[in-house]
Amino acid sequence: MKLQLVKLAHARSGDKGDTANVGLIALRDEIYPVLVREVTAERVKQHFTGIVKGDVERFELPNLGALNFLLHESLDGGGTLSLMTDAQGKTFSTALLRMMVEVSDEEAQAAGL
Amino acid sequence: MKNKIRIAGGQGFWGDLPEAPVRQVEEGPIDYLMLDYLAEVTMSIMQKQRARDPSAGYAKDFVPLMKQILPACVERNIRVTANAGGVNVAGCATAVSEVARERGLAGKLRIGIVTGDDIMEQLDELLSRGIELRNMDTGAPLATVRDRIQSANVYLGAAPLVTALQRGAQVVITGRATDTGLTLAPLMHEFGWAPDDWNKLAAGTIAGHIIECGAQCSGGNCQYEWRSIPSLANVGFPIVEATPDGSFVITKHEGTGGWVIIPSVKEQLVYEMGDPHSYITPDCVADFTSIQLEYDGRDRVRVHGIQGRPATDTFKVSISYSAGYKAVGTLVYSWPDAYDKARAADKILRQRLDRLGLQFDQILTEFVGANATHGPLAGQPSPDLAEVQLRVGVRGEDRTAVARFTREIAPLVLTGPPGVTGFAGGRPKVEEIVAYWPALIPKEEITPRVEVVDV
Repeated sequence: MKLQLVKLAHARSGDKGDTANVGLIALRDEIYPVLVREVTAERVKQHFTGIVKGDVERFELPNLGALNFLLHESLDGGGTLSLMTDAQGKTFSTALLRMMVEVSDEEAQAAGL
Repeated sequence: MKNKIRIAGGQGFWGDLPEAPVRQVEEGPIDYLMLDYLAEVTMSIMQKQRARDPSAGYAKDFVPLMKQILPACVERNIRVTANAGGVNVAGCATAVSEVARERGLAGKLRIGIVTGDDIMEQLDELLSRGIELRNMDTGAPLATVRDRIQSANVYLGAAPLVTALQRGAQVVITGRATDTGLTLAPLMHEFGWAPDDWNKLAAGTIAGHIIECGAQCSGGNCQYEWRSIPSLANVGFPIVEATPDGSFVITKHEGTGGWVIIPSVKEQLVYEMGDPHSYITPDCVADFTSIQLEYDGRDRVRVHGIQGRPATDTFKVSISYSAGYKAVGTLVYSWPDAYDKARAADKILRQRLDRLGLQFDQILTEFVGANATHGPLAGQPSPDLAEVQLRVGVRGEDRTAVARFTREIAPLVLTGPPGVTGFAGGRPKVEEIVAYWPALIPKEEITPRVEVVDV
């Protein structure tokens, strides 16, 4: 079944210059492998079409059940140069949680969904 | 040696809740109060203040705060580490000395002063020797913006703060020291951690990272089950309860609001993270993939297992430079057709800017209520939206052009689409842009200085 990430994970985002980072954290340990499989750098780049102009990098933190994404060239120059309301990328976290991912019935059950 | 140290975080940025550090001192036991005042562009603001007034250039509100809490700190031997000194650490220390004497603390208190971070005066000499201070993001050499530089400061680590603490400083004031060093230094001092005990230095660094944004690890800005977070009005700021082995507990004072739970700590751990294997500070390289979390009672999260690697041979430099001007104007359009009206107004505005022949590096339009945070991900806005705020920003080198733009917003009320309001603030302000230039410098070029003075 298709589920929206907001049902599977929570997140926090911030900035370093013109790069936004999004830390995506599984709501339960059982969900982490689903995030690793479904939320790839390529899919995140595609999800943020029109927002992220550069590359997307992904790092895995299995100890925290979390993935960290770096979204390059996404903040209109970043910092004080940026004219964006969200020049610090604070809401990129919730923007990522809009993504739809494929979850099997067994995985949904194991995750308590 | 103590077997447990409690370090309280009291400010997540310059302008955070003013009573938070006071409550950290008054509402339970702590050994240290850590106060982080400096964001990336704060130094340039302080540099400007000092240019106008040679006694200014530091976090002014730190002084009345010290006046309020120093008697309790002296009585209970609570030590303070703060990067409140900005570009005038000596001036800040003098002001703190004065208020300490006013509170009858003459002879009862030592202040540590850490400087050596300001390399503004050395820039030309460094550049002439081929130290290019290239921008870490773009690769451009600093020479390209040399005549527009407003401040240049190295991020110092924990080492000079440790020296100040060893020499008996009760309050250590620094300029551009790292947020994490303000927490790591007390741990190195109290537990005698060696400067090459990388796992422990990494642990102290990560402890600092967790509390450096104040309540952002204890319930503030917490997405996880946000409706269930108890009493954010009374939110408790975080406390690191550390032990000599490098493990620590994140907690907060009894009776305060917010929560310290594994998800709230995880959210702060990933905040502003780059490569989690290599969190680089002047003190060490910390590996966030080694962190282990577990509960240790209510509002207590234990953090352990942290591994670190040797520090790099460079310091990071924070340089600010003048990068033109910007202005942002807003108007609010109401139902019916709020979004369509705001879009029509934007089109009219751009046509008028074109006709005036104004040149900008960037014009950005956002529709607050429809797409300002999530852009195209928000989808097509509902035609029934109650209101939409049109928000147009421009940026460019020509101050006159930016100023001319600010006069084109309010006229849209009488000369554009109907159902519009929200112009009461008057013309938008023209702001000078002070941009951030991150660079690296070999550590041997920098000499941190420590001075300890009796009040």
